[in-house]
Amino acid sequence: MTIKGMAYIAGAFEHPTRKAPDKSVAALHAECAKGALEDAGLNFSDVDGYFCAGDAPGGVLSMVDYLGLNVRHVDGTDTGGSSYIAQVSHAAQAIAAGKCNVALITMAGRPRSEGRSGVKQKRVGANVPDTPFELPFGPTAVNEYAMAAMRHMHEYGTTSEQLAWVKVAASHHAQYNSNAMLRDLVTVEEVVSSTMIADPLHKLDCCVVSDGGGALVIVRPEIAKSLKRPLVRVMGAGEAPKGLLGGKTTLTYSGAIWSGPRAFEEAGVTPQDIKYASIYDSFTITVLMQLEDLGFCKKGEGGKFVTDGNLISGIGKLPINTDGGGLNNNHPASRGGIVKVIEAVRQLRGEAHPRVQVENCDIALAHGTGGGLASRHGSATLIMERV
Amino acid sequence: MGTTFHDRSMTIPEIHPEHKEYWDAAAQGKLLIKQCDSCREFHYYPRVLCPHCMSEKTNWVEAKGTGNIYTYSVMRRGVPYAIAFVELDEGPRMMTNIVDCDLDKVHINQRVKVVFKQSGDENNPGPFIPCFTPVEG
Repeated sequence: MTIKGMAYIAGAFEHPTRKAPDKSVAALHAECAKGALEDAGLNFSDVDGYFCAGDAPGGVLSMVDYLGLNVRHVDGTDTGGSSYIAQVSHAAQAIAAGKCNVALITMAGRPRSEGRSGVKQKRVGANVPDTPFELPFGPTAVNEYAMAAMRHMHEYGTTSEQLAWVKVAASHHAQYNSNAMLRDLVTVEEVVSSTMIADPLHKLDCCVVSDGGGALVIVRPEIAKSLKRPLVRVMGAGEAPKGLLGGKTTLTYSGAIWSGPRAFEEAGVTPQDIKYASIYDSFTITVLMQLEDLGFCKKGEGGKFVTDGNLISGIGKLPINTDGGGLNNNHPASRGGIVKVIEAVRQLRGEAHPRVQVENCDIALAHGTGGGLASRHGSATLIMERV
Repeated sequence: MGTTFHDRSMTIPEIHPEHKEYWDAAAQGKLLIKQCDSCREFHYYPRVLCPHCMSEKTNWVEAKGTGNIYTYSVMRRGVPYAIAFVELDEGPRMMTNIVDCDLDKVHINQRVKVVFKQSGDENNPGPFIPCFTPVEG
């Protein structure tokens, strides 16, 4: 069975808030759900499949109850920030298998209001097998990705200036997004001279900490065609968790080396066919490594590929994250995957900001790396087309 | 100048039943790793079943306690500390901290040896944790 052509993304909504101290996380989920259903032209009563991940308070059961849904299919897959990209694929699979017709995916969180950040120790539950051998050493989001960056620099000669170009591109796009948390243009010089957080990553190599959320509505083809929105069809998807491999640890590549080829094969396209890509940007190194692993350039040449504005819409060969990405726009609940799909949908519909809209954007990719790059992460790749 | 190492309070690890020998050895300054009798591969962190071949014939082996830094990062927020992966001479790479040295001189491929630091603090001491420090010369 393939999901190619079996499901459409009919609704997409990104919550405009970036700081929400006066709203509960559940309320943010509900507002996102409402936004995405209104975007699609559907109602809560149409939803018969519900998907959420670890940010959803109380999980599937509490959220279905809170939202007043009457569903026959649920999925609580949690692979960190990549969860929602994987869940689009899972929703398409469920639709193809006849398990639901209208799948709602929601995510939301308030790390900014709650004072969480990437330099603080990760929160973990009991009985997790790896934690006794990691937590004493103080792993955080930023120093894990920093260790991957340090090794990448050592093996391939990647430089801080090259990483900075990823941030420069994000800032270029964010200046046109009135909801973006950071809208000022930055230069390579400003990135590399910003405060060092964890060698070799500077403050401006790190994504924002923002409140907010998003939601998606995935539907059966007949339903999509009955709605008034432009048609965005799922072409292919791939997933791959990657860990420390029992001590055969390698930190210079991500699970994208497996999830990417699976998605391209199912979609029947190659990286050269992708007009726009949403590439998870928790940190600048995340983007650089994923571009290599997805095959947009050769391994080790990511630094060269991202330089000189190659990721800027209208200037470079591969426009990415035209909303400003996690680096500038939004990283709600410290899980950016859903925003990655939302901006890809905007591009395919021709509804991105005119200054960043990619011409003839008929095929787009969204890719997520969720979790820790130097411990365990989930990789999810999704390829979509405008019909 | 440089960035001087300062002891910091390390999180006390949960002790899982299958790791009792590991933590007992650590208290005596010994680093144990697991080797599989079926495929002969070492692995880390230690499991009951070998993650390389799923055999249950895994045995504790005392590591030499020496290796090279595979990668690292010095955290500059709060008390500075160097998180790292060290490649043991036996093969496995393990997460650790680089300690008792100028943190600005830590580098990839640096030769290091194991030293144990007690987790927790004076009022609530925990198990000893395998950290690494540069080998002189």
